[in-house]
Amino acid sequence: MNGRRTFLRGFFSVLLSGGAIGGILKILPSKADAREAPPKGQKWYGFGVSVDKCIGCARCMEACKSENNVPREPFFYRTWVERYITRKNGTTTVKAIEPNAEALPETTSDKSILRSFFVPKLCNQCASPPCVQVCPVGATFQTKDGVVLVNERTCIGCRYCIQACPYGARYLHPATHTADKCTFCYHRISRGLLPACVEVCPTQARIFGDLNAAASPMSRFLRMNKIHVLKPGLNTEPKVYYANLDGEVR
Amino acid sequence: MNPEFIHSLQDLLPQIQGYIYPNEIEIHWGLLIVVYPYITGVVAGAFILASLVKVFNVREVQPLYRLSLLTALAYLLVAPMALVAHLGHPERFYEILLTPQTSSAMAMFGFVYAWYLMAVLLLEVWFVHRTDMIGWAEQEKGVMRFIHRTLALYSRDTGERAVAFDHKALKAITIVGIPSAFLLHGYVGFIFGSIKANPWWSSVLIPIVFLFSAIVSGVALVILLYMVLTPLTGGKISMRCVDKAIDFLFYAVIVDFSLELVDFIHRVYQSEEEIKILSEMVMSKLFASLIIIQVLLGMLIPLLLISLTKIFKKRVSLNEDLRKMIYFISVILIQFGIFATRWNVVIGGQMFSKSFRGLTTYKMEFGGIEGLLFAILLLALPIIILAVLMKVLPPWKEVHGEGASEGVEVAG
Amino acid sequence: MGKLFEKFPDPLARLIVVVLALFVVGVTVVVLIPKPMKAVEMQWADAVKREEARPVKYAGFHACAECHDKLYETKKKGYHRDLSCETCHGPAKAHTEDPGKTKPVIPVERTFCPQCHAYNPSRPRGFPQINPVAHNPLKPCASCHNPHDPKPPTTPKECSACHGEIARMKAVSHHVQLECTTCHEAPQQHKVSPRAIKPTKPQTREFCGKCHAKDAKDKLAKNAPKIDLAEHGEKYVCWQCHYPHSPEVEQ
Repeated sequence: MNGRRTFLRGFFSVLLSGGAIGGILKILPSKADAREAPPKGQKWYGFGVSVDKCIGCARCMEACKSENNVPREPFFYRTWVERYITRKNGTTTVKAIEPNAEALPETTSDKSILRSFFVPKLCNQCASPPCVQVCPVGATFQTKDGVVLVNERTCIGCRYCIQACPYGARYLHPATHTADKCTFCYHRISRGLLPACVEVCPTQARIFGDLNAAASPMSRFLRMNKIHVLKPGLNTEPKVYYANLDGEVR
Repeated sequence: MNPEFIHSLQDLLPQIQGYIYPNEIEIHWGLLIVVYPYITGVVAGAFILASLVKVFNVREVQPLYRLSLLTALAYLLVAPMALVAHLGHPERFYEILLTPQTSSAMAMFGFVYAWYLMAVLLLEVWFVHRTDMIGWAEQEKGVMRFIHRTLALYSRDTGERAVAFDHKALKAITIVGIPSAFLLHGYVGFIFGSIKANPWWSSVLIPIVFLFSAIVSGVALVILLYMVLTPLTGGKISMRCVDKAIDFLFYAVIVDFSLELVDFIHRVYQSEEEIKILSEMVMSKLFASLIIIQVLLGMLIPLLLISLTKIFKKRVSLNEDLRKMIYFISVILIQFGIFATRWNVVIGGQMFSKSFRGLTTYKMEFGGIEGLLFAILLLALPIIILAVLMKVLPPWKEVHGEGASEGVEVAG
Repeated sequence: MGKLFEKFPDPLARLIVVVLALFVVGVTVVVLIPKPMKAVEMQWADAVKREEARPVKYAGFHACAECHDKLYETKKKGYHRDLSCETCHGPAKAHTEDPGKTKPVIPVERTFCPQCHAYNPSRPRGFPQINPVAHNPLKPCASCHNPHDPKPPTTPKECSACHGEIARMKAVSHHVQLECTTCHEAPQQHKVSPRAIKPTKPQTREFCGKCHAKDAKDKLAKNAPKIDLAEHGEKYVCWQCHYPHSPEVEQ
């Protein structure tokens, strides 16, 4: 009699503790977020930005809003371009450019400028996305080919993902009241087209491709340039790679 | 799309200083998300106060025991309302229960909340009141009798075995309840503290600071309610009880203040990249709410006032009314201070850009679901619920009291 | 049920009943909920399908060539070869589906081309930039530049046509009176294939010494600041400190 009881007691305590440990393991960041080596033939999309080629014309911002029905007001962007001006006195000012801005033409050189350039920004489609980690309902997720999408049918609009994104890439769509962001134009790339912003860039400052492909503009970009990512210290493993990124860029 | 909303964003444009990412102009977590941790904080604090009686046998604060439990329950019922109201799609809130993402602190919090409500607070309230409800039901008629019979789950057993079980269960639940209360509000702190993208929030100390400021606000609120409700229900305030509770409050405020001071020193000493924009934000946008309200009015002045009552107690016996007035002012200031703490954490965390180059502004609306009016309503609602609870489960009319409460004389 | 009340104390027994009832209700609800609502992978697969089904507005680089092949061939050879047709003409998918019904926009206003070509110090070096107010005012850009082969109507005499930033910086510096050709030899081919054929740059300290050394003989350099070429600047070449297009030392 005692033997049976002891066995049962032991059995259930093992079950319980095993369940507790399993439960704790489950709440740790899911292994599926961080990728090791995808299977052969599996596409793994990435993006390249050549800062030195961007002319700040904002064609990409226009095209993205057209292609993806992003509200036209200047408060919601899937992609935008920043203008950096570093002056000789060491200060750096940044501004987001506006498309079709009727700016006064600058005629003479501004002698106080030391360096100045444009930096396109978009969702970094991180391999280890903090936005996916915090979504309470699993509305935002990472596809097998490395694109982070938002399911606007289940998104409850809690905005946790918007808080968790270190890059300001997300916004709450004012019409659907769900989170929205760049999707690498998933509807285009799944048909073999380029994302709209890459399509219209006049200087090939934006490059898109499969990181697993052996020979592609993306692989050449990664071979020939010193590559940076934004905020590497946060370990989000962004998949938008910048060439010639200045240290002033956040 | 709401043209009013677009208009309100346009009004914010001239208020931007420096550079913010274009999407950051909209502050996403507003007044409702400030109200929410304040409310859950009170829950945790009130429950910890109740536990002082049950687990640590602090007999002096016995009169506060049932009041704290009911306060905790009233506030806990209102807490999720703030959250659901804030959602972009409140009608989809059930998704968090159907497909919760286990890596999300927000999703897991839903279960911690459910656990705390069901397994801890409701059970404790039930066990405390079961025998009394049976007693009251025997003497009542009509609706009240029905309510008490149903709430007691139609129990009639006041025998030794049942009562002994009640006491054992209460002890066990309170012991489990203390870490559960810690977990409840610590989790809210973790929801903020785990966001590595935001250096104002991302800190190991945030869950701890949240917890201690919760204890401060909960204890202070229960004292405040006791001092207001006891005369209203025809009782007499026990100064012995209030003095002891203020003692605990005093030590809690000291710990809370020390923790916040440590966080501040740590940030300034380490002087990481974000310190420039954060200092600018504290000294410009958050000066009134942080330096004046949170620190000065909410912590330093109450500490000073309460210290005065302690220092002068020995040399000159302060008359009771003066002491009551000082306590009353202190606990009210503390409420404002803790609310300001929540404001500074939530709103402050969104007023600076993650590019560390600029600041934006939060414009509080008056009407609408994110407006001041609704927030005031949500803050008043727990008091109303408490009034109802006190009618159904009067805290100072025990039939079989757990040790006669010292000094509480119930009129009539 | 009675046995329950015998075995356990009354309050516990009642609570067990309540818990069991809640459990039964809970299980029923969970079982009755349809699978798509509780299986997150199904929701993801659904979302991916919906995302892929969104309509496309930009036709793509090659789509225009199917009909506009001659224009495409022209563009392939000119300076605008890297541009998509839709960079200037806007989204054209609808046009490819029903060419008669919708036509892409043809931008002719003078405000259009300066979006890329107006002078802006943040633009990369060598990118052709003009002052849209001063450059042939009131004439439409296309009257001199064929948008599909936009080489300038006459080969620019001035380097400043493309090197706007350098020209403007030099114009407010002490080297304002120096022609670009004083220091750089630019073969004519450079104006046609700018990236393939590059102008020369000075290689030695002696080159700058022609004007700035103590014994400089050049008449034009009479008032230029003079230094001892042997000692000044240790082992470095001049342009490692002095930016030749803005060589002033004082702030």
